[in-house]
Amino acid sequence: MIRIDIEKKLKLYQGQRILKIAAEFPVGSITKVYGPSGAGKTTFLKIIAGFIQPEKGKITAGAVTWLDTSAKINFTPQKRMAGFVFQDYALFPNMTVQQHLEYATNDNAWITRLLEIGKLKPLSTHRPEHLSGGQQQRLAILRALAIKPKLLLMDEPFSALDADMKTTLIGELRSLFKDQGTTALIVSHNQQELEGLAERRLNINTNFHE
Amino acid sequence: MDLTPIWLTLKLAAITTALLLVIGLPIAWWLSKGRSIIKVILEAIITMPLVLPPSVLGFYLLLAFSPQHGVGKWLQQAFNIRFVFSFQGLVLASVIYSMPFMMGPIKSALQQLPVSLSQASYSLGKSKWQTFTKVLVPNIRPSLLTAIVLTFAHTLGEFGVVLMIGGNIPGITRVASIAVYDSVEQMDYSTANAYSLILFSITFILVISVFIFNKYRLKSPLE
Repeated sequence: MIRIDIEKKLKLYQGQRILKIAAEFPVGSITKVYGPSGAGKTTFLKIIAGFIQPEKGKITAGAVTWLDTSAKINFTPQKRMAGFVFQDYALFPNMTVQQHLEYATNDNAWITRLLEIGKLKPLSTHRPEHLSGGQQQRLAILRALAIKPKLLLMDEPFSALDADMKTTLIGELRSLFKDQGTTALIVSHNQQELEGLAERRLNINTNFHE
Repeated sequence: MDLTPIWLTLKLAAITTALLLVIGLPIAWWLSKGRSIIKVILEAIITMPLVLPPSVLGFYLLLAFSPQHGVGKWLQQAFNIRFVFSFQGLVLASVIYSMPFMMGPIKSALQQLPVSLSQASYSLGKSKWQTFTKVLVPNIRPSLLTAIVLTFAHTLGEFGVVLMIGGNIPGITRVASIAVYDSVEQMDYSTANAYSLILFSITFILVISVFIFNKYRLKSPLE
């Protein structure tokens, strides 16, 4: 179970607001995170991963406390090791597809499996600049999966994929998450996008206080 | 013609560049992350040699490291190191004088990398050092090359600061730029021309090779 209870000041164009979220995510659950632009969906994921510090809050993963501002506990992103798929992909321009995965894991059989899931095997020696938007996005997903994360945070992970690729990949991810007991939080704008994958929903807007 | 000044110049430039690379990379990395008053002050100090007359810098270094007082006296007595009128003095002065040329391109290149690159690496469990060496540095290669070549070329061309702290001692501190000046003073224009032509050619080849290697993009040190 991942338990989150955080408060973070957001500086927006309209002024300052407070992002206040309290939620629980059972192990193996897949949650769609949605809400209007600027509501703090990306900030929420980055707080969980440890990239952004909230003013107040507590995050626990099972029996381990990742963050407790009152007890001054704050695990680094390296210690949390939550898989993260960035909205801008954040691929490493100097590395090929294969090198991205090798940087993340030493498990060659797993790398081969991932390349099959993402259909990137024929492109394994290509650098990101020679990949299409959809291929880059798939690589970003595979890199996050490479560490076999217990918690996976995905920020608009399917936005650049065509409908067929999306359906296939979501199918693959569903069984992968089930096999590994992955807890996933997926930010998505698209109403129908995660149907059949995410059984839970978290609306950031309702948790948004002036 | 005595080629010693040319070799001395190349040796000085190579040592200065190597030292600055080792010192410059971590400092530029630190400066590229966030802002604080200490960083602003340090950056201003590093940038000063760009605008300060070299003779001013040389003069203060001469005073600071004079074996008669203060730091210079202590270094001489404790470690038998002398920075005034010596080759190591030239290295010290060059490191300070060329620092903005190493620091500028590296820092601005690191700042231009998206912050998500580091975050992606951290989320894979990689340390800050692994992220720096495997992700950040390889992705600023053109700027790194620009910084190395500019530092080297700039050190080749030093005159004022070198003359102030090193003087004109043949084989020790008489670098090519000083040999040019010395030859002109002695009305030996052909030797002056020979040294000048060698310096001109080396610098031209260096700068043009950066343009070619970086696909015609040479970044200004202030960029």
